[in-house]
Amino acid sequence: MEFLWDFFVAPFLDMIEYPVFLGEVAISGLLTGVMYSLVALGFVLIFKASQVFNFAQGAMVLFAALTLVGLMEHGLPVWGALPVTALIMVGLAFVIERGMLRPLINQPPITLFMATIGLTFLLEGAGEWAWGSNVKALDLGIPNSPVDVGGMLLNEFDMIAALVAAVLVAVLALLFQHTPMGRALRAVADDPQAALSLGISLRTIWIIVWSVAGIVAIVAGIMWGAKSGVQFSLSLIALKALPVLILGGLTSVPGAIVGGLIIGLGEKVAEVYWGPVIGGAIENWFAYMLAMLVLMFRPQGLFGEKIIERV
Amino acid sequence: MTVLTYITDLYNTFFATRSRAINTVFVTVISLLALFAVPTLANEYWLQAILIPFLIFALAALGLNLLTGFAGQLSLGTGGFMAVGAYSAFKMTTAWPELDIIAVFLISGFFAAGVGILFGLPSLRIKGFYLAVATLAAQFFLIWLFNRVPWFYNDNPSGTITAPPRTFAGVMITGPEAAAEVRYLVALVLLAVFVFFSWNLMRSRFGRAWMAVRDMDVAAEIVGIPLLRTKLLAFGVSSYLCGVAGALFVFLYLGSAETIAFDVNISFLVLFMIIVGGLGSITGSIIGAAFITILPIFLTNLNPILGIDLAVDLAKHIEVIIFGGLIIVILILEPHGMARLIQVSRERLRI
Repeated sequence: MEFLWDFFVAPFLDMIEYPVFLGEVAISGLLTGVMYSLVALGFVLIFKASQVFNFAQGAMVLFAALTLVGLMEHGLPVWGALPVTALIMVGLAFVIERGMLRPLINQPPITLFMATIGLTFLLEGAGEWAWGSNVKALDLGIPNSPVDVGGMLLNEFDMIAALVAAVLVAVLALLFQHTPMGRALRAVADDPQAALSLGISLRTIWIIVWSVAGIVAIVAGIMWGAKSGVQFSLSLIALKALPVLILGGLTSVPGAIVGGLIIGLGEKVAEVYWGPVIGGAIENWFAYMLAMLVLMFRPQGLFGEKIIERV
Repeated sequence: MTVLTYITDLYNTFFATRSRAINTVFVTVISLLALFAVPTLANEYWLQAILIPFLIFALAALGLNLLTGFAGQLSLGTGGFMAVGAYSAFKMTTAWPELDIIAVFLISGFFAAGVGILFGLPSLRIKGFYLAVATLAAQFFLIWLFNRVPWFYNDNPSGTITAPPRTFAGVMITGPEAAAEVRYLVALVLLAVFVFFSWNLMRSRFGRAWMAVRDMDVAAEIVGIPLLRTKLLAFGVSSYLCGVAGALFVFLYLGSAETIAFDVNISFLVLFMIIVGGLGSITGSIIGAAFITILPIFLTNLNPILGIDLAVDLAKHIEVIIFGGLIIVILILEPHGMARLIQVSRERLRI
């Protein structure tokens, strides 16, 4: 009885009683959600253009962050290290296209999925081999301190991260909607056969999306790295991005954003209000359960293309 | 090339028409070797570090292959289902010590099957990669549950479950005193029984229904296969085998374990096994398990064998790189898995 009260009534009473605290929790949840979206975005780009479920996105984030910090440790300033890292990620896209995607063309999706898990090992090993496996700090000079916004204490760093993510999404949206390359990309996503017959090179498109995903990984790596240090566990945020991905829909960029916001908000609110009742540390599975629940009603995610089955 | 052709011809002149007999002879020889020669010839290290984990992973891979390879439902919850088997075996054998340990293993699978069916319910609506990610919910939730609720590990302050000493027919088969040979034989016999069971199951009505659902579930439904029942049965049988494998993993191999032994990496490892071995192939599950179990051990020992002296962490990183690279290379060379290689070479040799 007491448990039922704690579970179904008490959290809501708390929410009503301290609305400012609820606002703080909600907004910090949303801001964390934006960070999830950053990772999920890379997944979506690649899945849209090549139907590859790229499990290595998390490893790419780790690899990018390690490379950036490693270069900075060798004396390069940030504005010098950034383009070099970007170049390395583009080079990586070339290597992946040539060495993995092209030989595996026309294979079932699960084979490509497994190949990207192999790629995960490869990138993790290579990144740590080249730059060492100890935890590195990434200091961007952004204060990680709470600021007062309309009576609520919010983390300044989180807000800047959200801003960066918003800018990134806006740039990507412009790129995809208003450039010839973006049109080609959407054509491939829509119908690879038709795109091919119009003379769009699939290989070029693949290299471009993997490069863009690599650049997105750099941004995610910088943000997550500055937040929690550049270390092996960065690779695990792929597991955080997966529920975001299926909640929003595998093929939808807005889905990745909205999915991230929902998961971030839900996770934080559940952890703060319901976590203590059922034993805490629920953030590992809560997002998955939430995503699964939504999928029961919308199997293609919130914004995914409707799955039409024909016999 | 000519040498190969010559050998092939020579082989075919002798054995061309005796394929069934050859098969029987082959299986008998392998079984006899595995039963009698291996335990006497292999040393403690080989049994404990390679053969026992191989047999247990082969069982888990078989379970996952029934679900993913035959019924077409991609699952990443293997580690979670194995944990259910391990923890229910632990609870049963500590609650009723007089219960036969083999029976405990076999019953613990049913708990895993129940949980598997529960988490298989969404599979009717959710498909493909969406389902794969949804099964991760099972993985993370179950591990969290076993960590959080002390009842599952009998309030042990260290949070571990330990295999108590148990005998079967007067022979000690679990616990610290049990001989490696005995544990090897128990795992071998159980695996053999389940392989035989799966072989027959795949030729039954249920196995064929699974394959129909895998190839196109809407079409399968139209020809009268009940989708829900078929998919849930696949989740049940698959989780049963994974659950038994999980129980064996703790009781015959690790001795004592925490939930971390069943984390998401195990799920990926078992998935690797069936992809490298061959989706939809029972032999493939076993070959894949052998390959993935032995590969890291081989890589670890490669440097000392070649006489290269590397720093420990450097060697570890190179090992990871080679492992990842090899996975990609194998997928490129033989996307249908090693079972396919064997099939092709058999056709060439016309065995």
